Amino acid sequence: MMAGQDTRRPRSARGDTTMVTLSLGGELVGIPTGILREVIEPGTITRVPNASAFCGGLFNVRGAVVPLTDLRIPLRMRISPPTEETRILVLDVVLDGTPAVVGILAEEVHEVTEVSGASLEEVPTVGARWPRHFVEAIGRKGDRFFLIPDLDAIFSEHLSSSEAVVALHA
Amino acid sequence: MSNDADDLFLIEARQLAESLEAGLLDMKSRPEDRTLVDSVFRDLHTLKGSGAMFGHTALATFLHDFETAFDAVREGRFAVTAALIDLGLRACDHAVTLLEGGEAAPGQALLAELTALISGGDAPAAAPAEEGAAPEEGAGSGDWQMAFRLAADCLVLGARPQVLLDELRALGATDLNPDFDALPTLIDLEPDRLYIGWRLRLPGHVTEAEIREVFLFNEEDLRLELTREPAGPPPEVEAATAPPAAGPVAMAAAPTPPAAPPRERTMMRVPAERLDEMMNRVGELVIAEARLAELVARTGDAQLVAVAEEIQRLATGMRETTMSIRMTPIDSITSRFRRLIHDLNGALGKSILFEVEGEETELDKTVIELLADPLMHLIRNSADHGLELPEVRRAAGKPEAGTIRLSARYSGAEVVITLADDGRGLDVGRIRARAEERGLVAPEAELDEQATLALILQPGFSTAETVTELSGRGVGMDVVKRTVEQLRGTIEVESVPGQGTRIHMRLPLTLAIIDGLLVEIAGERYTIPLAAVEHIIELPEEHAKRGDGSRFLNIRDQLVPFLRMRELLGSEGPPAPFQKVVVATAGELRVGLTVDRIIGSSQTVIKQLSPLHSTLKTFSGATVLGDGSVALILDVPQLVAFGQIRDSMEAA
Repeated sequence: MMAGQDTRRPRSARGDTTMVTLSLGGELVGIPTGILREVIEPGTITRVPNASAFCGGLFNVRGAVVPLTDLRIPLRMRISPPTEETRILVLDVVLDGTPAVVGILAEEVHEVTEVSGASLEEVPTVGARWPRHFVEAIGRKGDRFFLIPDLDAIFSEHLSSSEAVVALHA
Repeated sequence: MSNDADDLFLIEARQLAESLEAGLLDMKSRPEDRTLVDSVFRDLHTLKGSGAMFGHTALATFLHDFETAFDAVREGRFAVTAALIDLGLRACDHAVTLLEGGEAAPGQALLAELTALISGGDAPAAAPAEEGAAPEEGAGSGDWQMAFRLAADCLVLGARPQVLLDELRALGATDLNPDFDALPTLIDLEPDRLYIGWRLRLPGHVTEAEIREVFLFNEEDLRLELTREPAGPPPEVEAATAPPAAGPVAMAAAPTPPAAPPRERTMMRVPAERLDEMMNRVGELVIAEARLAELVARTGDAQLVAVAEEIQRLATGMRETTMSIRMTPIDSITSRFRRLIHDLNGALGKSILFEVEGEETELDKTVIELLADPLMHLIRNSADHGLELPEVRRAAGKPEAGTIRLSARYSGAEVVITLADDGRGLDVGRIRARAEERGLVAPEAELDEQATLALILQPGFSTAETVTELSGRGVGMDVVKRTVEQLRGTIEVESVPGQGTRIHMRLPLTLAIIDGLLVEIAGERYTIPLAAVEHIIELPEEHAKRGDGSRFLNIRDQLVPFLRMRELLGSEGPPAPFQKVVVATAGELRVGLTVDRIIGSSQTVIKQLSPLHSTLKTFSGATVLGDGSVALILDVPQLVAFGQIRDSMEAA
């Protein structure tokens, strides 16, 4: 675990913050290091039958069973098979109001970088391929852009849509 | 340090108050039982004593007066009545309020009521005896000669001889003299040791038990010599261990079993979170042990194997002990329900009997604690909405007093808790109408009776025409359902109009570690709770083909539905040539689960699934295997239910 890190996700990525950048679907994605516990190599992933593709696996982090999620699904990105470079980022998030640990898949992890509030931009209203409500902001580092996903929105949408499924079955 | 002691006092005081409450409630059904009176008195006394020791003067004063008054009951000068018990319960509540720093004033009114009750009774007009006033009364036997000496290190442990002496004086001690025989020379004297003993004389009417009670907290290494002077008219010879003579009691005819010696077994109170921590550690130990076993099996080194087996044996023992520490009998919460019923009896104008069956049934403490509130709610509901008024019941040919029965029993790896009442039952039509009105169900939807009854568990459902004082507070039925589901249990409503309602809750025995049967399906491993496994058979040849449409197996002349797990789990590849069927049970129902291979049984530390996976009803959790990978735990009750539903759908 990263020592002394705030276990809650920062309210907004607006201020100066450190981000870890990774590749997903050929695009650059930034995740605040404040919620990052560790980066691990994918070991044995257990398939969860009948689960959605977004969270279709489970893995073990030091005795804890952690769900593996794939942000490429909600962000509607191209899916490619895992490679040598594939990693899992273990994150502290809030699910259903309680702190939880989840893993997110990364095609490749690049670097930890300082991002100042000034280099964050609003999501453009046109021309964006990904669902806007899942993107918190666009960051810029030099001449490269990266997307900062709104993890709260992504997870809570998944939780509420799965509840809707239950209601149908009940 | 002193804070710790204070905390401990508060915990102990609450438990005493609970025990006191339970004793009073038991007295209701067995007013003649001397041991109950004694136990209530003892609780009062202990609570008073430790209250004084920890500076809760308001509490000590209140209880002292109450104890004095209650003494009349113990001496048989006043019979146990419903009014007395009621007063006792209210006093108990007041004591708890005082513990929590509440107002002392209401205590006076209670005491006045008690005094009035006692003196107004058919007892000899003696006002409640003030301390010291008693000696003249019943000097039937000779006075006591007593010498005592406390443990030398008792001062360090917090004993206060002064308090003991005061209590003895309250019992009427005279000729109180210190005994300096053991006093060492100044050079050997250690300031924190107690070298002094005391000799004194106590009036003959004081019982030995009363004397010993004074030393309740100082029994360790206590040296107590107690002899009766043969002066009294009936020369009684009392063995040191003899129970107190029954005394001049009106109910002397009733058999009076000797009071159990207080605190025979050494008990220790431990903060619950330490138990949780311990359970977590044991969980980790079990996982590590599984890894070790797997590694050792690979090396095949006989010596290592022996050590690994030894560690496995120890880990299993450790797990069982830890779990048994956490197991708590249901009766740890039933006294609350008794109290609730007692209060409801007065408030509702109904006469309610409360019966408990299987109080000794044990469940994990977390389960018990989380269950208390939902059960309270269900009982309140039954009393409020389920049971009819006495006139109505009489008209229906039922006994005027309604009965609410709580029963608990083991069923495989589960405990079934049933709350039943013999009231009017649920009105299926009204439930349906209300559910439609609330938009919980579409008017055209077809529901059978079971499904309709289950609607009362939905959020936003309430059939009470008027919100009464009782049903208005606390949790709703949907919270009951959610709590039970959180505990990986199921809830079911059953009702017969005019005869009553039953609510069954099935709960797992423990939340932490189970014995699991590890199986392989299409190269993936799954765990089935071993307690739910009835037997394992080979899948008969004629069913082995994938396209085979049959859904039943004939097992010992019984048709058992079976689920092709490969299909259910969306597994790939062709099935193994010799498939096995694991026959699992939930309650009275069974289901067969086809698997490719049985790997073996193993201790399974249950890890809850993430909320992201909470909709997957096939699995009740996950566990970490010896090689560090994760296996899902199959949820047998859900699979059984699924087997049933599918069959009824196909039959339709």
